[in-house]
Amino acid sequence: MSSVITRPGVPAPGNAGERRGPQGPAGDAIRAEALVRQFGGVRAVDGVDLAIPAGEIYGFLGPNGAGKSTMVRMLCTLLAPTGGRALVAGYDVAAQPGQVRLRIGVALQEAALDPKQTGTELLRLQGRLYGLSSRELTRRLADLGELIELGDALDRPVGTYSGGMKRRLDLAAALVHNPEIVFLDEPTTGLDPASRARVWSEIRRLNQQLGMTIFLTTQYLEEADELAHRVGIIDRGRIVAVGTPAELKRSVGSDVIVARVDGDAAAARAAVAAVAAVPGVSGVEAHGGELVIAASDGAAAISPVAVALAGSALTVRDLTLRTPTLDDVFLELTGSHIEPANHAEDPS
Amino acid sequence: MTAITDAIASSPAAGVIRARPGGFARDLAAIAGRALRAVPRDPTAVLPPVFIALFFFVVNIATLKKLTGSHPGFSYAAFEVATAILLGVTGVSRAPALVLDVQTGYLDRLLLTPVRRTAILLGHMAADVAVAALLTVPILVLGIILGVRFPGGPLGAVVFVLLASLWSLAFAGFGYAVALKTGNPAAVNSMFLLFFPFLFLTSSYVPRSQLSGWLSTVAGFNPVTYLLGGLRSLVLGSGWQWGQLGQAVAAIAAVGLVSMTLCFAALRGRVKASSAV
Repeated sequence: MSSVITRPGVPAPGNAGERRGPQGPAGDAIRAEALVRQFGGVRAVDGVDLAIPAGEIYGFLGPNGAGKSTMVRMLCTLLAPTGGRALVAGYDVAAQPGQVRLRIGVALQEAALDPKQTGTELLRLQGRLYGLSSRELTRRLADLGELIELGDALDRPVGTYSGGMKRRLDLAAALVHNPEIVFLDEPTTGLDPASRARVWSEIRRLNQQLGMTIFLTTQYLEEADELAHRVGIIDRGRIVAVGTPAELKRSVGSDVIVARVDGDAAAARAAVAAVAAVPGVSGVEAHGGELVIAASDGAAAISPVAVALAGSALTVRDLTLRTPTLDDVFLELTGSHIEPANHAEDPS
Repeated sequence: MTAITDAIASSPAAGVIRARPGGFARDLAAIAGRALRAVPRDPTAVLPPVFIALFFFVVNIATLKKLTGSHPGFSYAAFEVATAILLGVTGVSRAPALVLDVQTGYLDRLLLTPVRRTAILLGHMAADVAVAALLTVPILVLGIILGVRFPGGPLGAVVFVLLASLWSLAFAGFGYAVALKTGNPAAVNSMFLLFFPFLFLTSSYVPRSQLSGWLSTVAGFNPVTYLLGGLRSLVLGSGWQWGQLGQAVAAIAAVGLVSMTLCFAALRGRVKASSAV
């Protein structure tokens, strides 16, 4: 597969046209050119190019350590790039960080909150640092109070909150100044399914109704699939593919047949060759105990594939036909499955 | 949760609220306000030093008053109140809270805002000065009960509190430097060790003239000796003794220069990854 899938048309944003940096109406909300961040001899981000139009939800997908958080920290001015450049809302993150900070909201991977303050105090302080007047703050707090659904808990110290409550307060803190661009670094990690669904719904609404550009990093394939207009896949600091979820999945094939097999490497190589020769099969890859077979018409190809495997030295444990997922894309591009870190679900 | 965007979108003023630089004074006041609100929620940070100061004040007077009573016109309570005040305010700061901010990532959240980086540190320090001034009150009250008087009147008391508070700030700079450099609470707590040479290799309990040879020499290099001299001039002298007050201010300035240089360098180091301070 080519390293980067051609960028498709971007779904129509909400009212994004109201908010523009100096880049003008046709400019990108986020743009990176050959962006590099090196730690010692390690390139955590290695020459990343990005072009994210205003009003888009951009899913940034990759496993732990791929460079997602480093990328976010550079784009939101917490970390200086060691090479290349990035513009956010039209401003250079290295040369004009103050202008960038006025226009972005950030919810980092770990909810960054002060356990001694109450939720209200924390949001008020946050608003004051963004220059909001007391009147504006009161109005925003009323709005944000509905967002985070914390009720009376807003007047309790943050240290008494559950993980889910902290996540929601962190999101409210990121939005208190009504930013143009929101960076959400793994916003649902550690949340229970119900809380995750609520956050997803809110992200959609922030984008659709307020036109916010959202840069969303995640390890959850279904999250990127569900929310993102486009997805960028990063692996070892490099973007290996960009496209809409549908396009990325199509790049694997219309259908995927997964065969779980037992056998040695030589048998696997022979089986791959045999299956690849089956009409309608566009690609075969062996990963561990699996053969992942891309086919234009899976229903038509599954029988001949089964016959080809039966004729090989492998023992087939099961054979599954399904449509491609982003995990298949990730597997094809990087040779490994994406494995989200396990976090205890934290009911809120 | 989903009600929020409805609420914002339907608001007639939606879109009007925008972030803007708040201004240095506003940033500083916001940070200092947060630091001050945290003080009553964490009384263990301020009560033990005051208790220790009051305890040693009373015990030292009881121990040494008779010994010094032979000097006519000399009040050991007045002599000792300066030491008690320094025991109470030295090392009291929000530096441990700043370490917590580093550890929880809250400092990053502050750095993501347009707040002036120096206001983060100065806001904490402004709160420290206010807290130090407050901590001197119970010690001074006890001193007055025990007969300490200010020949310079109320203004003398104000200058006394001000010198003590500024000293507290100068010393606190070391704690902030370590907090920002290491982000390690144990390292910040270890700054307490600096307290001992500053507070005890000096004329804390007897006049410098009564110290033995080596200790008198060392005390001559200890800025606290001159600070104590200035503070004592406000309660033992017959009026304003500008020479001693000047030495006290110079001693605070010298320590402050070192500690502030260190802590602002540590702040620059902490945010240097960011593109602007």
